[in-house]
Order: sequence, then C-alpha cells, then structure tokens
Amino acid sequence: MTTDIGPGTAPLVPSFDTPATGRKLAIICSKGSLDMAYPGLILANAALGEGVEVHLFFTFWGFDIINRKHMADLKFTPLGNPATHMPQGLGGLPGMTAMATHQMRKAIADLDVPDVPDFLEQITGSGGHLWACRMSADMQHLTEDDLYDGVEAIISASDFIEMTEGAQLLFI
Amino acid sequence: MSTTTIGGHTLTVDDEGFLTDPTEWSEEVAAALAEQIGVTLESEHWAILGFLRAEHARTGETPTLRRVSTGMQIPVKRLFELFPVKPAKKMAYVAGLPKPRGCV
Repeated sequence: MTTDIGPGTAPLVPSFDTPATGRKLAIICSKGSLDMAYPGLILANAALGEGVEVHLFFTFWGFDIINRKHMADLKFTPLGNPATHMPQGLGGLPGMTAMATHQMRKAIADLDVPDVPDFLEQITGSGGHLWACRMSADMQHLTEDDLYDGVEAIISASDFIEMTEGAQLLFI
Repeated sequence: MSTTTIGGHTLTVDDEGFLTDPTEWSEEVAAALAEQIGVTLESEHWAILGFLRAEHARTGETPTLRRVSTGMQIPVKRLFELFPVKPAKKMAYVAGLPKPRGCV
C-alpha cells in the first residue's frame, strides 16, 4: 500500500539528532581472552555510532586489552567452554589454544572487524573514552607508559563510578 | 512503503524516511537530502557518497563505517566530522541507500 505524503506536509526524514537524551554508556571490561574482549569493543563502537557517550573501564584480566605487551596477542581457549561443542578433553591438548585462537582471529578478520589495537583506535577516533583501573595497574606494576596511547588515565574505581553518573552500565 | 517530497523530488521511502529505490537517487536528490539533515556537501562528502553507492551496487550491502574508513583510507574521526553524531546512518541516507546491516 502506498501512502502519498504530498506537498504541504512535512517531508519524512529520519530523525538523526533527536532526541538529545544525553545517553551515556559505561562498559567495564574485566576479561582478557579474545572472545571476551570483543563484546565490549563491538558494543562501544555501536553506541558511538548512535551518538552515545561511551566510557570503557579496563580492570583485572581486561587490562590485557590495553596492555601494549598483550593487546595484539589475546587468546581464545575451548578449555572449559561447553559452547564450542567439542569434547572437553580435546581442549587441553597441546596446541589447541593456539589453533582455536587462530581460527577465531580469522573468522573476525573475514568479517572485516578490526584486531584489538585497531579497534581501540577506531573507538577513540569515534570519541570513546578509555580508562585503566588503578588497582590493576598497581597489581601488575604497570604505568601509563605500558598502556595503549589512547588510554586517557589510570583512575580509581570510585573515579569511574563518579564520572559515569547516570550512565547505563555493562559488566563484561 | 510511502513517498515523500523533498526539494521537489518525489521519493519512495521506508517508515523512517530512507530511500528504498536506489534509482531515484541523483546528485540533486543527495543535495536535498543532505540539506534536510543539516549537512552541506563538499568534495569529501561527494567522494564518500560515490564510494557508498559503488560498494552497494557491487555487493548489495551498504558499507559500514569501518568499511568506508578502510576502503577510502579516511580516519573514522574524519567521518564523524563530515557526518556528525551518526555518520554511518547519515551517509547511507544521503547516498539514498538502506542503513548498514553490519555490526562494525
């Protein structure tokens, strides 16, 4: 069925800028495996594309995502993960983690989704904010020099909570 | 499916206002669509619109922001400057294409 919206009525245009809700999203990334790094990065990127203010807080194992030494080398293991639908005994065989990691990286790259360092660059380029957890930095004896350039600062958990007042929150 | 009139052009659009027939698009239509969303088209915008339309014709899919950025070697930050706040959807709209389907 065709409805004609003729002259004299306002043209139908997608509402890109309204409503200006001031929506904010806080994402806490606490895991450092390849498969657990991506959900936070993908959701952050999607929210930025919708004009949402996004803050990511990297803590505990999630610190590996912004640790220069490990960020390009995150791993995936089928061990202890029943969702791979493989016999659990296989997961512990030598080389299995390397093979599973390789396959997951390839599947991600085939979709034209960036690797972790490129993804962080895309997120900061889109206006996203990256924050590192003070306690995790102290536990691992790391300073800002050890972290990805786009990380704005090492801050305490209370700083992050204060800064994300009113935000929707995801813990991953 | 309905039609709407923008800048003297009668266009077939979906519920949100995105064009549903790529053949109804022309440079004059693009300029009229851009005006509706407050974007003034300069040479960089036109190059991006050309890329979007070529990719859509080739693959049947509207390229995502990531695809535009890597395919044209334009930093994502610049795309946010050219089509502010919601660049992927805005560039698809002005190019007369559906919203991108991909997640990244």
